Amino acid sequence: MRRFCAALLVLCSFAAYGIDSEPPFADATLQARYEALTHGFRCLVCQNETIADSNADLAADLRRQVHAMVAAGKSDAEIRTYMVERYGDFVLYKPPVTAGTGLLWGGPFLLLLIAIVAVTAVVRRRARMEEPGEGRSA
Amino acid sequence: MERYLRFALPVVVLGALVALFARGLFRDPTVVDSPLIGKPAPAFSLPRLRGDTAFTQAEWRGQVALVNVWGSWCVACRDEHPVLMQFAALHAVPLYGLDYKDERSAALDMLAKQGDPYTAIAFDASGDVGIDWGVYGAPETFLIDKQGIIRHKYIGPLTPELLRDDLLPRIRGLEGGRP
Repeated sequence: MRRFCAALLVLCSFAAYGIDSEPPFADATLQARYEALTHGFRCLVCQNETIADSNADLAADLRRQVHAMVAAGKSDAEIRTYMVERYGDFVLYKPPVTAGTGLLWGGPFLLLLIAIVAVTAVVRRRARMEEPGEGRSA
Repeated sequence: MERYLRFALPVVVLGALVALFARGLFRDPTVVDSPLIGKPAPAFSLPRLRGDTAFTQAEWRGQVALVNVWGSWCVACRDEHPVLMQFAALHAVPLYGLDYKDERSAALDMLAKQGDPYTAIAFDASGDVGIDWGVYGAPETFLIDKQGIIRHKYIGPLTPELLRDDLLPRIRGLEGGRP
């Protein structure tokens, strides 16, 4: 039983290794930046995974690039620009506000506005229709 | 007038939404527009698959050229290969290869077996140039004009239909048209 548990523990521990084969940074802030960055880029091969989560070949190459750029002292903005220049805004999990994505960002507020106007109109009309009725019953 | 509007407005809004969603539904989500279209092909210097000199973007200076990203490991590239052979036989414009994340021997072996349609081949073992070119799924094919500007990108294998109906007309446009 003890041996079985030990084997199970060993097996489970592999999951913790994850798929990122890049050596961790000694500096915790750099490591945190590296992780935040790789979690924000889409892997274009398997589009619903970030390059941090994907085990696609391309994701490994892109992790290597991001790792090298963080190590070289590039800023987050520079690294983001590097990725967007090559793969377009699609590579960003959080799309920037541009003319093309305006509807995406503003859409929910637009719908809310339309809903408020519609509800206000309906409520007002109901109120107007009920007034004469009340007058008669009184 | 108001009654007409009250009826027409929801229909128009519904129609617009249906059009928007239909566009999304029939669009291939794996094809991502490259931000490099309309921009100069990214500079690079790579060894050749054959030969000792460096291969740079100067190779195609002044002419319309096709750059095909492939690898012997890539199944879709093998499927595409006969189309590239067909294209090379037309002698329309030079076809350059970017052998992407490949092994030299495997690449040479594939060309020996299936024929070599390429004018010259750059060998990108690490895939770093591929990243600069925004490559994410071989095969990809870039159409480059006389000024070295990327004019179009095909993601996925070229087919005889794509060659005839899209690529060749584009090449004619770039060759014959104003520089």
